[in-house]
Amino acid sequence: MLLHSTKKDWLGNIRGDLLAGTVVALALIPEAIAFSIIAGVDPRVGLYASFCIAVVIAIVGGRPGMISAATAAMAVLMVTLVKEHGLEYLLAATLLTGVFQIIAGYLRLGALMSFVSRSVVTGFVNALAILIFMAQLPELTNVTWHVYAMTAAGLGIIYLFPLLPVVGKVIPSPLVCIVTLTLVAVLMGIDIRTVGDMGDLPDTLPIFLWPDVPLNLETLTIIFPYAISMAIVGLLESLMTATIVDDLTDTGSDKNRECKGQGIANIGAGLLGGMAGCAMIGQSVINVKSGGRGRLSTLWAGIFLLILVVFLSPVLKVIPMAALVAVMIMVSIGTFSWSSIINLRKHPLSTSLVMVVTVVVVIATHNLAFGVLAGVLLAALFFANKVSHFMYVASELDEAGTTRTYKVVGQVFFNSADKFAAHFDFREALDKVVIDLSRAHFWDISAVGALDKVVIKFRREGAEVEVLGLNDASATIVDRFGVHDKPEEIEKVLGAH
Amino acid sequence: MDTHRTTVLACIDGSTWKEAVVDYAAWVSRTVDAPLKLLHNIEHRENPPLSDLSGSLGLGTREELLQELTALEERRSKILLEQGKLMLEGSRQRAIAAGASDPVKVQRHGSLTESLIEMEDEIRVLVVGIRGEDHENRLNRIGDQLEGIIRAMHRPLLVVNRPFEKPPTRCMIAYDGSDGARKALDMVANSPLYKGMQCHLVHVSKSAESPLLDDAAAKLRGAGLEVVTASLQGDVERQLGEYQQQHQVELTVMGAFAHGRLRELLFGSVTNHLLANSTMPLLLLR
Repeated sequence: MLLHSTKKDWLGNIRGDLLAGTVVALALIPEAIAFSIIAGVDPRVGLYASFCIAVVIAIVGGRPGMISAATAAMAVLMVTLVKEHGLEYLLAATLLTGVFQIIAGYLRLGALMSFVSRSVVTGFVNALAILIFMAQLPELTNVTWHVYAMTAAGLGIIYLFPLLPVVGKVIPSPLVCIVTLTLVAVLMGIDIRTVGDMGDLPDTLPIFLWPDVPLNLETLTIIFPYAISMAIVGLLESLMTATIVDDLTDTGSDKNRECKGQGIANIGAGLLGGMAGCAMIGQSVINVKSGGRGRLSTLWAGIFLLILVVFLSPVLKVIPMAALVAVMIMVSIGTFSWSSIINLRKHPLSTSLVMVVTVVVVIATHNLAFGVLAGVLLAALFFANKVSHFMYVASELDEAGTTRTYKVVGQVFFNSADKFAAHFDFREALDKVVIDLSRAHFWDISAVGALDKVVIKFRREGAEVEVLGLNDASATIVDRFGVHDKPEEIEKVLGAH
Repeated sequence: MDTHRTTVLACIDGSTWKEAVVDYAAWVSRTVDAPLKLLHNIEHRENPPLSDLSGSLGLGTREELLQELTALEERRSKILLEQGKLMLEGSRQRAIAAGASDPVKVQRHGSLTESLIEMEDEIRVLVVGIRGEDHENRLNRIGDQLEGIIRAMHRPLLVVNRPFEKPPTRCMIAYDGSDGARKALDMVANSPLYKGMQCHLVHVSKSAESPLLDDAAAKLRGAGLEVVTASLQGDVERQLGEYQQQHQVELTVMGAFAHGRLRELLFGSVTNHLLANSTMPLLLLR
């Protein structure tokens, strides 16, 4: 199924796909260079990766029209690996990342995305935007005023050029920004940092190479933690982006195939001397906005990128870093979900807190996986807390004043178990206690434990205890809910027994 | 009400075959006494409605883009919805005039093949035109979606390729003795559709006459049908085509796509050839 695709996926929108692919390729070049610099490797590494990932994912990916390449989210994860062990270990980690992602695809872990709530996704993109912006700061500190002027001018071009009639909608403004600033820097002979100062650019086609690392356990222990992080972050961003593209184009995608596809693409990148990558939110939006819908757009973006890079590498060398910074600030601004700032006050506090915590954890750790984990956990805790409010205990004393009947209604589980126990009055002198559970749902062992405690306490006070409807109430202590998706099954478990 | 395999479903779109499809469907519905359902499928064009190559990402570009795309598609879908409703109402009137009792109108979004797969359970006979509105003018070619639909469906499928004049009186059954052909034969013997028709049981082979036609003919005769048998030699597609013209056969009944796609890619498919070249409707039994 990995190679299955319809004619429509490839040839349904040739003109739109080729145009959009061209726009994306032009935008991918500065990004790939910038992300290589973040990771601390030569721009060559990011450019080869972007080419390979885009081309492979076009064929094996599960979401036509989505753009994958070298990304910031992945780059920030590999910084220490590159610093301490060098490029070859990064390539090995990239291969291992791919293997993990393929396994995740076969285990259908894509389904776990349903635990990632909307606030966590918002937190993820905001954190990503902030990471991209922060990565530009080194280029903007301890530099001459020329750099600030160039960056400001670049941003001006990027945002104002599209407003021009006709040409504004036909020529990508980031390209205009880069060309203009490069010409200005070269013609006026301004001495500022250029892309060529940051490392090697590709001058040949990429070649197959097995990473030059010793194949032993020590290598594995070095690359394992990085590969796991990269696999998780890569899949998270890819699946989130796939959902965004699904929404924009009103079409569906195969999430598990996307996981496997990302894995294959990363293995390809590792073998061609490229760094690990994943889907890109910003570029995918640009692709859809430019009219790209099919697999052809992604394929062409990759191929055109390689053609440009190999033939234009002497030109790429003289691009001032200020132009690149301007483009990356645009990407950062475009990725950030600005409406989430306004929504902070409109949304419930727990939702906003989940978003903010996700962002803060990512910024602190530079690892999007930790942020998402914190966000998901927090969201789950808030949810459990909300559900625990759906429980009350009513009680009634019989006329003789010797028997009390407690009626328990609602959800009893680990979080509400103590609250449940607190509803019983053990000081009351009674002959008999009836606990009616026929309208309660016991979700886990904590709930059963709390009930046991209550029963024992009453016994110790000398009361006879009768529990009604326990079997029905504890029918919800089941781990597999696969069979409960039919109305009559749900009725059996959750209905008023 | 149990709707399992009870409905005659006619697929309507803006093509010139629309009327013929309705007429044939009405005929089938009347003859086999099954309710008629008219389906108009709104296919969403993938081609993006806007193209902004500025390549820049501003504040809230994602949200804006979603709104813009939604607004454009909403407008387009509303028009298609309205057109479809008019088409369906016109077809309904035509079907009533042709004698169908109370046809039901259905409108669905998405690809036609997907809609049909969803509705497969209730279909008894599916009636489609040879080409859709997109490829009306490509003569001697079958529509882009037809083969996919035929392969996806497991129900009798009537492919309409000419205006309806009168109920067919002669049908030709292409018979090769295979399992599929035998099943097709059973269906013909048991269906009220063929009552009163002259059935031409035709076998094309490379060798001399084989006894397999006699059994088959006996079965049809047992069901009360008038049977003519013919055993031909030579190229299957040409012989069937010529026989059809010589004997003025008005309906060809056959099993469809017995082989996998790969083999058909290499050797060509009899079904595809007949679909593309036949001048009379074909009833494909899967």
